[in-house]
Amino acid sequence: MLGTLYRLQITSVMSLMHRVTGIIASVGAFGLAWWLLAVAKGGDAYASASACLGSPLGTLVLAAFTFALVYHLLNGIRHLMWDAGMGFELPEVYRSGYTVIALAVVLTAVIWFIALRGGA
Amino acid sequence: MSESKTPDQAVQRPDFRTPVGRARGLGSGKTGTGHFWWQRVTAVALVPLVAWFIGTLVSLAGADLATVQTVIARPFNAIAFALFAIAMFWHAKLGLQVVIEDYIHQRALEVSLQLLVTFACAAGALASLYAIARIALLG
Repeated sequence: MLGTLYRLQITSVMSLMHRVTGIIASVGAFGLAWWLLAVAKGGDAYASASACLGSPLGTLVLAAFTFALVYHLLNGIRHLMWDAGMGFELPEVYRSGYTVIALAVVLTAVIWFIALRGGA
Repeated sequence: MSESKTPDQAVQRPDFRTPVGRARGLGSGKTGTGHFWWQRVTAVALVPLVAWFIGTLVSLAGADLATVQTVIARPFNAIAFALFAIAMFWHAKLGLQVVIEDYIHQRALEVSLQLLVTFACAAGALASLYAIARIALLG
């Protein structure tokens, strides 16, 4: 097993998380297309889409999409900075990694706090 | 066989092909960086677009259909939504392509999944653009 022979590190775990959140966000992209079509159609199509997204399960899925998108966005910025040659020293890699995780959790919480209060 | 040759080379037949002939088929000499580059281009575009998208959707929480349609139909928002859909489905296609290349090692399944991802992302982008245009132009 990977976990017993090879100690998991934040670097490899975050790299894997980038792929997983990317796949989840891709599924979310199709959800957005479906929602936009429902908005365009209006009437029953929008009503059933709203009911689906507003249900407990729908809200949970939306929250998961939100975290995946926010994490992928923040870690993507981290990747772009590496592409530009910045932040390659190991302490910097760890610091940016923990920053991304903390910010992703906080931003997701803030987004849902505002959304559940009924919009900004 | 001369003494300088390794055992591996000794059993090989002489290769009379030109260097170009040997290099052909081993990889791209023109579009090899294309995937890497467009993944970064779409990523840079998506940084402000995702931030705008999340902000817009949060502001629409609890809004009724007419309000949602009015907000999406605003020229700035309609164009931003269209750019977002194009950049995101393009970026998703490039990313999913790499995941399939890395983890699916059965050739027929891999090619089938690559085709599925390509067609699905193209359809997703076009469906989004159609919906945005219908909301913006037909109300």
